[in-house]
Amino acid sequence: MSTISLKSVRKSYGNTEVIHGVDMEVNDGEFIVIVGPSGCGKSTLLRMVAGLETVTDGEIHIDGQRVNDLEPMDRNIAMVFQNYALYPHMSVFDNMAYGLKIAGRPKPEIAERVQSAAKLLQLEDYLDRKPRQLSGGQRQRVAMGRAIVRKPAVFLFDEPLSNLDAKLRVQMRLEIKALQRELGITSLYVTHDQVEAMTLADRMIVMHDGVAEQIGAPMEVYEHPKTRFVGGFIGSPPMNFLSRRSLVDAGKLLAAKRPELDGDEDAALGLRPEHLSLTTPSKAMIKATMQYVEPLGAETLVHTRLATGESLTLRLEGAAKVPDPGSECNVSFDPAHVSVF
Amino acid sequence: MASNTKSGMVERSGKAAWLTHLGMVIGIAIVCFPIYLAFVASTWQQQDLIRPPMPLLPGGYFVENYSRALLSGINAPVWRMLFNSMVMALGIAFGKIVISLLSAFAIVYFRFPFRNVFFWLIFLTLMLPVEVRIVPTYEVAANFGMLNSYSGLILPLIASATATFLFRQFYMTVPDELAEAARVDGAKPMRFFIDILLPMSRTNIAALFVILFIYGWNQYLWPLLITTDPQMNTIVMGIKQMFPSGDDWVDWPVVMATAILAMLPPVAVVVFMQNLFIKGLVETEK
Repeated sequence: MSTISLKSVRKSYGNTEVIHGVDMEVNDGEFIVIVGPSGCGKSTLLRMVAGLETVTDGEIHIDGQRVNDLEPMDRNIAMVFQNYALYPHMSVFDNMAYGLKIAGRPKPEIAERVQSAAKLLQLEDYLDRKPRQLSGGQRQRVAMGRAIVRKPAVFLFDEPLSNLDAKLRVQMRLEIKALQRELGITSLYVTHDQVEAMTLADRMIVMHDGVAEQIGAPMEVYEHPKTRFVGGFIGSPPMNFLSRRSLVDAGKLLAAKRPELDGDEDAALGLRPEHLSLTTPSKAMIKATMQYVEPLGAETLVHTRLATGESLTLRLEGAAKVPDPGSECNVSFDPAHVSVF
Repeated sequence: MASNTKSGMVERSGKAAWLTHLGMVIGIAIVCFPIYLAFVASTWQQQDLIRPPMPLLPGGYFVENYSRALLSGINAPVWRMLFNSMVMALGIAFGKIVISLLSAFAIVYFRFPFRNVFFWLIFLTLMLPVEVRIVPTYEVAANFGMLNSYSGLILPLIASATATFLFRQFYMTVPDELAEAARVDGAKPMRFFIDILLPMSRTNIAALFVILFIYGWNQYLWPLLITTDPQMNTIVMGIKQMFPSGDDWVDWPVVMATAILAMLPPVAVVVFMQNLFIKGLVETEK
């Protein structure tokens, strides 16, 4: 049971700084997801915690102990890699047992710990197989098993589901979540997939260009994005951004309900697609031109364009009835849901 | 061999199949005929061979000729030369493999100053085969007192840029995550090398062993230079030493028996290791 704390952690390669000071406190047993687009430094951050990358500046503590200069094996962590990194010539059993063997554990204990991990992951029938005889999902389980048998203080996941197909990914996502709950081990999980982040995280860190833009519980981040990047990155279809000027018609209404939004004419307003609805011309807050419709069954995505050229996407429940492309449509929203950047 | 013809290959039928087989049989006959002649010559007596026409069917002196060659030979008994060749070929093959495995490991997995310089220096030695550096190498070996010794036969030939390069290329295809996973598992570098890299390169090692064993077995110039004592002769150069200078007559049956014997070990290595050899050249296990 353990905590992780990052204190203004920085990383540079030569003169290029890729992580610009990240601060973070991870509580015992918490599942933290680091999410961001590729190249934002999320994997680098994770690898610094693992000890696979050196820390240029700042401090990393695991369980109160400064680990900056410790080898990975001395940090009491276990890591699951994107391509699984299973030893190809070893059986599933040996793959899972390798770390314990090196640690010099007695054979009966190794066998028992591997067996119980295999049972937990439903790998009991595959212990004699080689990794190449397993499917992607099974390999992923072996990689998790290798992490579990070591009973680490911290689990580190580096995009563990990216190599799986979509269906398996959803299934493994649930399994990882259940497993982490059951074992209660503090976990750091890196992904570029915001759905994974939303579903898995107790709290998530949204990273962009080496900066942690926002740290918080998924719904909190979703409902109250602190920066325009976070608003655009979390949520699908992404948040709409409109300048205040485009909302002349809605201006008064907005000012009445959210007085704090009145002011800077250049500020961007963020509107989630599901908070927008079609209405009658008299109640319209925004007038837009219908562009095209994506009926997805459970929801309908309506893409429109404003006179200012800004595009606006609406997400309507079910198979909604919408105007024909090219015609005018009337959009309204609840001012309570507007974010300002 | 015919049984494992891949179904995907172009199949011929009737006349075409016969023609291709005929072509192959003629080719094989051309390659094998001299070897067959050598075998025939090794089963007759001297006087039968020097009187034309030369016999084309095996004679009745197989046992006599081969035991004479093996046990007494001309300068040294053939068993002794076979033993010397075996020591040299095995020494060179194992030595080259061990050294190049380790140097490739160092070059790929460790960051040290002038790493690339070292790699290119090793690579440059490809331009310096034994024949080019034979005089200075002889000088060095002689100064170390390695003339007429196994270490003199083996050590100067033991470094291999080709093998180092081969293992370097192989290691570079091994995903970095494997080394990182081993680090997280607590494996120190040599442990990683022995537990993970070595088993993963076993097919490459086998393929290389075949090539290097034959390379070592077929060494001619170097043993000729470094061994003066007939007891240290290797078999390939030993055959040459069996031809007397001047007007002395050549003991053809014994020379031919020796030649046949000299061919057997490399053939055995290829035959017994061919599965691993082919795997090592075509298979990549990830």
